This record gives sequence, structure tokens and C-alpha cells, in this order.
Amino acid sequence: MKAWHFSENAYPYLPPADEYESIRVSLPSRLYDPKKGAALYDRYIDEWLIAEDEGVEIMLNEHHQTATCVDPAAPLVLAALARLTKKARLLILGNPVANRRQPVRVAEEMAMVDVLSKGRLECGFVRGVPYEVLPANSNPVRMNERQWEAMDLIVKAWTSHDGPVSHEGRFFHHRNINIWPRPYQQPHPPIWVSTTTPGGAGRVGARGYVQATFLTGFTGTPAIYESYRKGWRDAGRGTDVPVDRLAYAALVYVGESEAEARAGAEKLLWYMTANKVPLHFCYPPGYVPTPVHAQILRGAAIDQHAANKANATVDKAIEAGLMFAGTPDQVFLQIKRMYDHVGGFGHLLIMGQAGFLEHDETVRGIKAFAREVYPRLKEACPDTAISGLRRDAATARVVA
Amino acid sequence: MISIAGIELDVIERGRGTPILYLHGGAGIGPDAAFIDALAQERRVIAPSHPGFGKSSLPDWLDNVDDIAHVYLELMDRLKLTRIDLVGFSIGGWIAAEMATKVPERIDRLVLIGPVGVKTGTPDKLDIPDVFAMPREKLDQLRFHDPARYAPELATMPDDELHIVARNSETLALLTWEPYMHNPKLKHRLHRVNVPTLLLRGASDGIVSADYLARYAALIPGARIETIAQAGHLPQHEQPAATAATVLQFLQAEKEAATSGARR
Repeated sequence: MKAWHFSENAYPYLPPADEYESIRVSLPSRLYDPKKGAALYDRYIDEWLIAEDEGVEIMLNEHHQTATCVDPAAPLVLAALARLTKKARLLILGNPVANRRQPVRVAEEMAMVDVLSKGRLECGFVRGVPYEVLPANSNPVRMNERQWEAMDLIVKAWTSHDGPVSHEGRFFHHRNINIWPRPYQQPHPPIWVSTTTPGGAGRVGARGYVQATFLTGFTGTPAIYESYRKGWRDAGRGTDVPVDRLAYAALVYVGESEAEARAGAEKLLWYMTANKVPLHFCYPPGYVPTPVHAQILRGAAIDQHAANKANATVDKAIEAGLMFAGTPDQVFLQIKRMYDHVGGFGHLLIMGQAGFLEHDETVRGIKAFAREVYPRLKEACPDTAISGLRRDAATARVVA
Repeated sequence: MISIAGIELDVIERGRGTPILYLHGGAGIGPDAAFIDALAQERRVIAPSHPGFGKSSLPDWLDNVDDIAHVYLELMDRLKLTRIDLVGFSIGGWIAAEMATKVPERIDRLVLIGPVGVKTGTPDKLDIPDVFAMPREKLDQLRFHDPARYAPELATMPDDELHIVARNSETLALLTWEPYMHNPKLKHRLHRVNVPTLLLRGASDGIVSADYLARYAALIPGARIETIAQAGHLPQHEQPAATAATVLQFLQAEKEAATSGARR
């Protein structure tokens, strides 16, 4: 098991939520104080460096026009981390390639970071959440097709070394692709893809890329992983799917005492409660399949903010498998329970900072995890394990 | 269904007489039934559902309004429509305008109802409000003179109809997302439209403003403007009889003018 410290670079100093329409897309930037923002960048980068010192790997992501994640150009922070760190793997999860106009530029950025870090890049690609299409002015229709063409083009740019090659595809056109530098790792950095639905996971499995899923809990995750494993096997990659192909992201806070853990966990819930986004930003036409879209138009989708708020208690989040929080013993057992429930995963993506979880609290959480939970996880969940559901066939069928 | 360029087009045909090709707007052909029937009292009306709308298929290669204009030129050939009166609403008006720039000699008269398709204003202000970034209630307020009566009841709509509403809005996004609701080239081509042209809008239209329509009309030689009272963006839905009467009257008057040799 590898653990990754993930921070969204949130800017939490906002007026009460009823004073703005949305924390994403339309939140006026006059609410952002650049001096406070500069201090936050320093602080969040320091926390990544502390995670590295504790033996934990590093993960970052990218969102746009939002206070929840003030990292609209993740490759820039990644480049800084490449020079500031020495040993941690650096996971960007990821590049929103359905919204980037020039995949070859993404290939260049990532190759540069791979060289700067001397081969420590783990390169993630994402389609991007629905609220990203307006900031990017990106058509929400046919995003999957764009994402996959972009990914294939990036791999081609990374792996072609004998002068210019060309690409004339459905969405992207380049006549002279010949990037400098080429990646440090050969043939290219490990590729990760995030998906929260079974439909996408099968395709990721067929390619053998690492599949990450976020906050899909006990109910959603098994089907996603099973779809990945099916895709892997159907593509002829063998019957055994290594656990290091699968990753799970959850809110994690470890405290020395239950009271300390509870206090930290409560603050982490900001991640769920602060995400106030109106319906028309959540479901741009074409982002979800038509039958789902139709149900949303009918009113099936309730106010997500309210739903998240209602479910955002520490106990409910732990019960759902969205959060692992408590003493070291408790957290180890919670993670192991999820691990067994889904058939194993090789990467735990730790959402270890959110909202008003202060620097000292964040660092205590990172250290408590790294020192008292991580060693046990590595022993109980070895990287050489094979992922798969080992329960009776009936259960497996239901899950699949 | 009529197959054109690999697309299965659902085409409505009603009435008899000199043909009108009617092109629907972004909400699909559903709201236009009464208007089409009213036109068909006097004329033959051919009204396809655009690719990706209604029950018409959507090929992978198709992604803009100009593509549809080409499909309909082929439809005209297939139906042996040498010349037509062309009527389009909203993005249907945009498609009609694109067609008219390509084959003005095959179009006798052109009617654009609440059309989009050109960018006439300054870069720092949208000509057309961003329909993809507002709550549905706001959209209905902009679209309808009387939203309480005319806004669709999505909560109680049958599944198959609601599926079409969802699909229509997806295709609308595909076609109009960027550049938003216009083809930057179109306004440099509209001077080719040397046919009698009427631009219509509902007096309460919150999508296509009176200023926008005036600037659009100024791009088409000799184009005239009329307004339908007590109607929003869909005058053919809120005032089908009055809208049909205005359209038919224009088509007839221009036909008589052409016949008598008084055509502009």
C-alpha cells in the first residue's frame, strides 16, 4: 500500500454561504485576498514537504474558478514540488485533458516535470468535473472522446523519439510533434485516470492504467473496481489484477485520542459541506448520459449542497466509507474494512486537509497516520497482492 | 425517416401547395405543432427534426450548424424542392440563414423568427444570454411571455418526451457552445441573401433582443422586421395563429409582388 497526501489548496476565508450563489464558477474573486492566498500556498507546500519527510507520497489536483481548490495550474505547483522534494513520488490527478486545447503542450509540461524530478512523476488524466466546463469554455458534449484522444496523443508525443510525427484526429491536429525534453521515465511516466463510474473504469482497465476513484464509498466502489478488473482481463492482460492498479481517495484524519481525531475529522468535513454549487453548474447538457440527464430535468437531483450537508457528519461519512477517522487502531481497521470490501487497492489517496483544518492540526494528522497507521497498512496490504473479490460467487455476481 | 448522408432524419410533411421548409429551434419541433398545422392550412410544410433532435440520429462527425445547412440542401435535392420558402426559428433561423447564403437562387422568400447565428455586438457582452449557465426558472422567464402557461412541465412529462427534451438540449450545446450561438463567418456572407426576408420576434423575447434583431436585419439587404405581441422567444408557440398569419401574409405578398414584376 502506498499512501499519498492530497491537499486541494482551499481558500476557506469566505463570507457565510447564504451570501453567495456558488463557491465554484461564479464566486467573485474580490473575495480572494492575494496576501492570505500567498501564505496559504506556502503553508500547503510545507505540508506536502512534511508528508514527504514522513515517507508519504504527494498528490495534487486542479480546479478552476473555485475557492475549494486554488490550484488552477497544477503543473506549476508540481514543478515547484519537483525541485523542493527529493524522494516522494509526485502524482498529479490530474490534467483535465478534455478541457485542454493542446494535448501536446500537456505532454511537454509533464515531460519537463518528470525530468525536473528525475523520474518521480505519476501522471494523471481526468475528464474534469462538470463545473469545469464553463471556466474552460469547454463543450460538455463528447468529453470522453476528447479525453481519450488527448491521452493517446500525449503518449504518442512522449514515446516518439525519431523526429516529428503527426496526428490528424477527430479533435486534435498536429503536423510536427517532436517534444523536448522527452520524459525521464521510460517509456513514459505511470498513467493514472480517475473515474467515478463503472462505465469508464473498464476502458482504463483495458489500458492497464492506474484507476483512481474519489469518495465512492462502500456502495459505489466495488462495481467500479470490478469493471476495471473485467476490462483488464478482457484486454488479455491476464487474470490477476495487481492491487497497485487501483486507488481510493477518502478523507482521512488520525488522532492520538478519539477526541483529537473527532475534532480534526469535523474540520475535514468542510470538503463536503462547503461545496455549494447550483444545479445548472452541476449538470451541463451532455456531461451525463441522456437518461440520467432526463431524470435530473425531472427534478430527481436534489440540491447537492443540502444532501452533502445532511450526510456530512463524521459518523455517517465513516459509515459510508467516505472518511477514515479516529485513533490509529480505528483508522487501520476502517481502511482494512474498505480494502476487503472492494477486493483490495494499492493506493490510498488521503484528503488530509480541508477548510479550517489548521497547519498544526494537518501536520499532526499526517504524522499520526505515517507513524502509526501506514506501517501496519504496508504489512497488511502488500504491493504484491492481487486485487479481486474473494467472497462467495453470489456476492461477486451482485457486485459485478 | 429520410436517410441523408448517413443521418436518419425524422421529417414531418403537412398540407398542399407551394412548399415551405420549416426549421425548428433549440427546444426541438415539439412546441411548433400548432404553428406547423396553421401554416399547413394554406401551404405544403416540410419540417425535419435536426440531426440529434427529436428522433433524428446524430452522426459522430456532425458538430455545427453549418453541417446541418449542408444536410438540408441535400434534403431539398432529395425531395426535388427546386425552390422553397424557408422559415426558421432560433437556431433553425441560423440554419436557414446559412442555407440562404449558399443557395439564394433556390430560396424565394426567407423568414427568420427570433434567429441566432451572428455576433453583432461588442466582445465584452454576450449577444445572446448564456442559456447554459442559468437556472431553468430564469431561462423560462426569458423564453416565455407567460411562463406559467407555456413553460414545459418537466416533472410530469412522460419519459419518452423528457428523453427527447434532454437530448435536444445536449445537441444544442454541441452545436452552439463555442463560438456561442454564432458563426463568426455568417455576417460576412449574409449580403448574398438577395431574397425578400422578414425577421420576426416576440415582443417579450428575453433571448433575442430587439437591438440584436435590428443589427441582424441590417446585414441582409432589404430585410424587414415585425413583432408579435404577447409572445416571448417562441412566438410560434405562444401565438401560433398570429405568427402563422404574419408569416403567410409576408410570403403571399412577396409572391404577388414577384409575380407582378414589382419585386424589389
